Amino acid sequence: MNKAKQNEGAVGGKLVNRIILALLIIGCLTILFPLYMTVIIAFKQPSEMTNDVAGALGFPQSWSLSNFAEAMRVTDFWHSLGNSLLLTGATVVICVLLHSLGGYLIGRKMRKLKFFNLAYLYLISGMFVPFAVLMMPLVKQTAQIGIANRFGVIVLYVVFFMPMNVMLYSGYLSNIPEALDEAACVDGAGVWQTFWKIIFPNMKPMHATVAVLTAMSTWNDVMTPLVIMSGTDQNTLPLAQLNFQTQFGTNYNLAFASYLLALLPILIFYIVCQKQIINGVVNGAVK
Amino acid sequence: MKKKMAWSRNERIFLWMLTPILILFFCFNTLPLIKGFYYGLTNFRGYGNYDFVGLRNFADIFGDARVGKSYLFTFKYAIVMTIAVNVISLILALGLNSNIRGKNALRGVYFVPNILGGLVVGYIFSFIFTYILPAIGEATGSQFLSNSLLASTRWAWVAIVIVGAWQGIAMNTIIYISGLQTVPEEVYEAGMLDGATGWKKFKNITLPLIMPFVSINMVLCMKNAMMVFDQIMALTKGGPSQSTESISYLIYNNGMSGGQFGFQSANAFVFFIVIVAISLFQTKFLGSKEEQL
Repeated sequence: MNKAKQNEGAVGGKLVNRIILALLIIGCLTILFPLYMTVIIAFKQPSEMTNDVAGALGFPQSWSLSNFAEAMRVTDFWHSLGNSLLLTGATVVICVLLHSLGGYLIGRKMRKLKFFNLAYLYLISGMFVPFAVLMMPLVKQTAQIGIANRFGVIVLYVVFFMPMNVMLYSGYLSNIPEALDEAACVDGAGVWQTFWKIIFPNMKPMHATVAVLTAMSTWNDVMTPLVIMSGTDQNTLPLAQLNFQTQFGTNYNLAFASYLLALLPILIFYIVCQKQIINGVVNGAVK
Repeated sequence: MKKKMAWSRNERIFLWMLTPILILFFCFNTLPLIKGFYYGLTNFRGYGNYDFVGLRNFADIFGDARVGKSYLFTFKYAIVMTIAVNVISLILALGLNSNIRGKNALRGVYFVPNILGGLVVGYIFSFIFTYILPAIGEATGSQFLSNSLLASTRWAWVAIVIVGAWQGIAMNTIIYISGLQTVPEEVYEAGMLDGATGWKKFKNITLPLIMPFVSINMVLCMKNAMMVFDQIMALTKGGPSQSTESISYLIYNNGMSGGQFGFQSANAFVFFIVIVAISLFQTKFLGSKEEQL
């Protein structure tokens, strides 16, 4: 009797799980549909785009890469890609090096010394300041000191991500006992050496989180390069989509080929490091 | 004893190393904030000479119809987003955390929107709203769908919510899943004995235990939604007839190229105060809810 009931429960559970699975798969379509549409339109020719649904969503007559070649030429793709890689790469490297140091300096002393505690609160308060608030003064300021260019954008990113990253690093520091520092000190290492030789390598899991969060925000950011680099001819990958809208005109096939090219690098990155990315995002939010 | 002395005497070195970092932060965060307030006191147009006008800009903000409209839109957007995104992503997370096959693959797919840039996603959805939905509307004879959502002053904001939610849900779902995984199986088993199943189980056991994650998600979602910019840039550029102008977009549009540098600086400073107030309120309110449990 008892066993039968249990079985029944299991069967009921199985059915419920199947329904959940089915619903989730249907839900997936809302994610996949826009991506499917992007791929399909990117491969089509303008003449195939009739005004009904099939015209936009049916398979193309031939899988030609000509739209992509044209999109690369129009948007100067390699140049934009290079800029995006440069900005993201430099920002991530500097953030990991500088913010881990900042997190260490503050995290080790904030409980003992009032000044460091205030410094911590001061940096953290930066999280309340949206970029839109600082945008106009920053445009003037970067122009005045002659860094209204890629270098300036990197500096702004390094400062803008500082509150979040310093918080993450100094929080992580509680996992690294201060006895390690003291031992290094006994061995004659200064603060500088102690940090780079002992602490920095021990912060490895947090480096991954910080790198992922910083890289994703930098890569997808539009506003900062839009307002700071507007005087230069430089584009990032997302910015190129904005700046070439008029050239795409009504040629949606060309536009979508360009969008797909802009999405591909991060999609590939996601497929390769999915686990690290998801862990990074969760760690960054929860900590 | 002597060794201990050496280690604790390093405060000065710590201080010297921290100072350049603080100066850098001051120069590109605090200084522009102060400068923004200063510009807000002037009639600067972004170029040429300017005069001090005192607090006139700040007073004018409260009477300015366009600014008021943008605040209304931004709040409407942020509140609807926060509620919709949290409800949907909590349901999704419950589903993705249940005992089903292909769980990891499904989670992988549901997270994809989060990694994509808001601008390009906006352009892709813009096509859906202007061509695909009206085409479906015509095929099915639906009057409502056959006009583009983006062209309607009444419904364009909904289109922006849809795009924002499409991306925001991905992030919040993953956080909810990690929250659900912190609930130990034994708690459910104990609840089962007391007859807690289905909705009761969720309301009395799951929800209280993941409350910290609810507040994280609320704060994150609200904060991102208040700063909405990319989607608007891609979908409507603030239109039709300024019905979808967010505060960020208004500051960018009128401040950078509209000759309202001084006025929008004042607006930006007020926006900053509003963001601080909301953040403090949320942390206090949600924090007190957590303590009760």
